[in-house]
Amino acid sequence: MARPKIKRANTTIDMTAMCDVSFLLLTFFILTATARQPEPLPVDTPSSTVQIKVPDKDIGTITVGSGGKIFFGIAEPQVRQRMLERISEHYSIPFTAEEKQRFGLMDGFGVPIGQLKQVIALDANARAKPGLQGGIPADSTDNQLKEWLLAARYATKEEHNVEMRVAIKGDAKEEYPAIKKVIDVLQDQKLNKFSLITSLRTDDF
Amino acid sequence: MAELNTGGKQQPRVDLTAMVDLAFLLITFFMLTTSLAKPHAMDVAMPDKEKDPQDQDQLQVADNRTMTVLLGSNNKLEYYMGQLEKPLGGPTVTSYGKEGVRKVLLEQIKRVPQLTGDPKKGLIVIIRPSDKSNYKNLVDILDEMKIVNAQQYMIGDISDPEVELIKRDGIYK
Repeated sequence: MARPKIKRANTTIDMTAMCDVSFLLLTFFILTATARQPEPLPVDTPSSTVQIKVPDKDIGTITVGSGGKIFFGIAEPQVRQRMLERISEHYSIPFTAEEKQRFGLMDGFGVPIGQLKQVIALDANARAKPGLQGGIPADSTDNQLKEWLLAARYATKEEHNVEMRVAIKGDAKEEYPAIKKVIDVLQDQKLNKFSLITSLRTDDF
Repeated sequence: MAELNTGGKQQPRVDLTAMVDLAFLLITFFMLTTSLAKPHAMDVAMPDKEKDPQDQDQLQVADNRTMTVLLGSNNKLEYYMGQLEKPLGGPTVTSYGKEGVRKVLLEQIKRVPQLTGDPKKGLIVIIRPSDKSNYKNLVDILDEMKIVNAQQYMIGDISDPEVELIKRDGIYK
């Protein structure tokens, strides 16, 4: 029997439009991406219902986590370099131009001033290794956090002519005395207004 | 020139499937590495710190306007109205969230202006975190202040009698 000839439908789909769209999206994401830096001290921030976003300029972030370790970070590289210059004057520890340059690229750090040179010399991946940086001392006998904060505020004022804002980024499990210590340092400098960094609450509170 | 007629012009077609695959892979990568969820900032204002510890917390306000919240361990808190020696209400242990402290706060916010007869003289909340409370508790109670729209609140240091109180009620472990 003569079978009627069925015309096989072509199964290939025209991918051109899809390709266009996907590359458009790709371009958008590449351009808007600000690569997430590996954080030297990852913390799990508590959640709240506030909707105000953290500003990305002129802000110093004090991170408290993993048993009261304190890290400090500033948003802009120029301010960071200026801050290091002030600190190096204060503690009479000279830093080379290259070290300052490298420090400008560091997002945050958490070592006593004596170990800062070694940390600057490491590359970014080695720096982010958990446990390497032991936190900035903030005890009453050796209050380096106070000095860093002061230097950062001066540096922000000099570079941008605005007051630096301070944000505390604490781990949800952190006990209150550790946070209190940081708040006391802020209050000693008459910094009574600051922000607490939180993530958005999703559960029913 | 002699040419075989193949019937119609052959369109040059490229298989774009692989290219689309790659593009979507890259999109996924960039979407995940971009920090889309920017963190939020909760603004806090602390009262001026007095050099003399005696002056601290010695605010001259009417007892019927103050509510002191003591943050204890195990996500529990305790509150009382007025002064610790002769509380006008409480002390009561409760929890965070809408089933716990929020009910009390809303009730007091309504009640206090009626009591004082002046809508400007509302409730004053004093938050005193103990050493056994954690940072999440502090953020939770501050968030609660925002939710119930408390006009006046402050963070203070806990005193020894208050620590004794929360120890007695078993939320200081």
